[in-house]
Amino acid sequence: MTHTLFDKIWALHHVDTRADGKHLLYMDRHAVHELHAPHAFGLLDENERTVRRTDLTMVVQDHTVPTRPGVIRISPHIQATLQAGLRHGVKVLDVNDPEHGIVHVVTPELGIALPGLTLACPDSHASTVGAIGCLAFGCGTTELVHVLSTQVMAMEKPRQMRIWLDGSLSDWVNAKDVALALIRRMGVSAARSTAVEYCGPVVEAMDIESRMTLCNMTIEWGGRTCLIAPDEKTIAWCKGRRGAPQGQAWDEALAWWRTLHTDAKAVFDEEHHLDCTDLSPQLTWGTDPAQVIGINEAVPQPMALDASAQDRATRALAYMAVKAGQSLDGLTIDRVFIGSCSNARLPDLRTAARVVQGRQVAAGVQALVVPGSSTIKRQAEAEGLDQIFLQAGFEWREAGCSMCAGANGDIGSPGQRCVATSNRNFENRQGRDVRTHLASPAMAAAAAIAGHLTDVRRLMETKA
Amino acid sequence: MKREPLIEVHGAAAPLLRDDVDTDQIIPSAYLKDMNADMAQGLLAYMRRTSDGQVNHDFVLERPAFKAAPILIVGSNFGCGSSREHAVWAIKAFGIRCVIGVAMADFFRENCVNNGVLPISLEMPAWNELSQWAVAAEGQQALHVSLALGVIKTNAGQQWHFEIASHARTLLMEGLDDIGLTLKHISAIEAWEARTARQRPFLQSCPAIST
Repeated sequence: MTHTLFDKIWALHHVDTRADGKHLLYMDRHAVHELHAPHAFGLLDENERTVRRTDLTMVVQDHTVPTRPGVIRISPHIQATLQAGLRHGVKVLDVNDPEHGIVHVVTPELGIALPGLTLACPDSHASTVGAIGCLAFGCGTTELVHVLSTQVMAMEKPRQMRIWLDGSLSDWVNAKDVALALIRRMGVSAARSTAVEYCGPVVEAMDIESRMTLCNMTIEWGGRTCLIAPDEKTIAWCKGRRGAPQGQAWDEALAWWRTLHTDAKAVFDEEHHLDCTDLSPQLTWGTDPAQVIGINEAVPQPMALDASAQDRATRALAYMAVKAGQSLDGLTIDRVFIGSCSNARLPDLRTAARVVQGRQVAAGVQALVVPGSSTIKRQAEAEGLDQIFLQAGFEWREAGCSMCAGANGDIGSPGQRCVATSNRNFENRQGRDVRTHLASPAMAAAAAIAGHLTDVRRLMETKA
Repeated sequence: MKREPLIEVHGAAAPLLRDDVDTDQIIPSAYLKDMNADMAQGLLAYMRRTSDGQVNHDFVLERPAFKAAPILIVGSNFGCGSSREHAVWAIKAFGIRCVIGVAMADFFRENCVNNGVLPISLEMPAWNELSQWAVAAEGQQALHVSLALGVIKTNAGQQWHFEIASHARTLLMEGLDDIGLTLKHISAIEAWEARTARQRPFLQSCPAIST
């Protein structure tokens, strides 16, 4: 028998099939965030239900957390979540916990997400932890209540697609550029109802955090979930984490994890290759994550696109105040946001700091660094990264989702142009009429220094 | 969590014929911050009102004929982006009970079913005809959607068939409680837990949560 990696984890967790055809998949871990928690626990109360497995469930405060240093970090959601957690006996990783952070960052950090496990998380970026071979599913509030009550998710089995990332990446080109180039190529809905597996030499060469960036962006082209087969890097990364098995259990887990890969003859519904060798740093020019160009390319003419994409492109050009045929290189910016579950882990901050070191943020640019977790913040401070950012004129914030979704009030002003390492450049997402360009941490840092969109490779050729 | 069954929807059909309308547009994050926000006001807020709060009377949902429309006709990939259920809560709060488009985003479609809103995905030719009809009708003629028959009809007798997954149909038509359906399998869940606790104990305990 030959199986995909997805098949293996699915089969292990398949509990039963309901009469209506839905599969019940067991969720080994359940991580909730505070944008849903008060509603979800409220629904539980209304229906006199309880949390079936409080020992496998955790609530994280991330979306509405104020990130300005010294500000009292509370919001109505945070307060209601704390109360609900107490009422139901569920652990809340509160804002003052030393390990607090963005749910998709802290679950692998704490070893709550592990290879071969399933994880439910009521958020579309749940698949970030696919990077370590943890099969994660996002959902809405009602389905979250379902998982709280039953510890299974009721779902249809997704289609399967394999993405081969071939070649190798050149200097200053990284996982974000790969993800953006892939979404440009595939379009925003190609992976709808699909579980994606990423593989190939570029994936193998990536560190775990880069793989998380790649997996994080799967929903931006419609994907239901994604996986990367665990390898020796994954195992080294997971070892010793608090939720990871210890002693003999660790050895048994290793033996199992080493079987978690797609068999040679396994068949996918679809397979695609992307050669990454000549990839340049990528940026979005429009208002969906497929509207992407390399820094050395021109913004496309709507007429040159597929008929279905033309209207959307024309509207995006107007919203973004960019012209077809122009280069993005040189476009003046107002804000830079380095953060989010997409790109706020330690290697991301190190890369941005390398660009920033010895340089100054351009006059008129507000630049933020928001670490993905308090742990990452402390690690970065131990390496002196905070001082590099602060001396350059960046703000060094407390951990949280911040300007990615703007649900904590970190938003731009109308008409501002923002370079963000987050995952969505939708209209009005970072504040009404704010124009967002998605980019890698290196490109975002370079833009902060230059005061305009620029090629980080060119900036790094000049002396700091 | 039993809901009112949804069997038929009749009334004006508002055409919002754009592709890729994401959840940040359907319900801006400003409306997520406030736990008691008026979701009906929040629906497509930035399309309906300018930044200084002026109503955009040209926008479809602000036109008198569509202010109480129970049916929304949308383009492809509607509801892409976040899994926020608030998007469907806003649609429902506005009074919409049926959304008809082309290949909706997964999370949005599932959230609809869980809230008693009927999500219909049509093939392009049928969608083209229906959307043309809706634009011409301008909300002056009712559209009739029968979930029981899987049919959308106009008064003039034009009709289109649609498919919907059987579990979604059952949940909507019977107003069923999805959790109740799953709890019928509680012994299978318990058996799975017992077996896994023996075979791979670390799946059934998490020191990072319980300590």
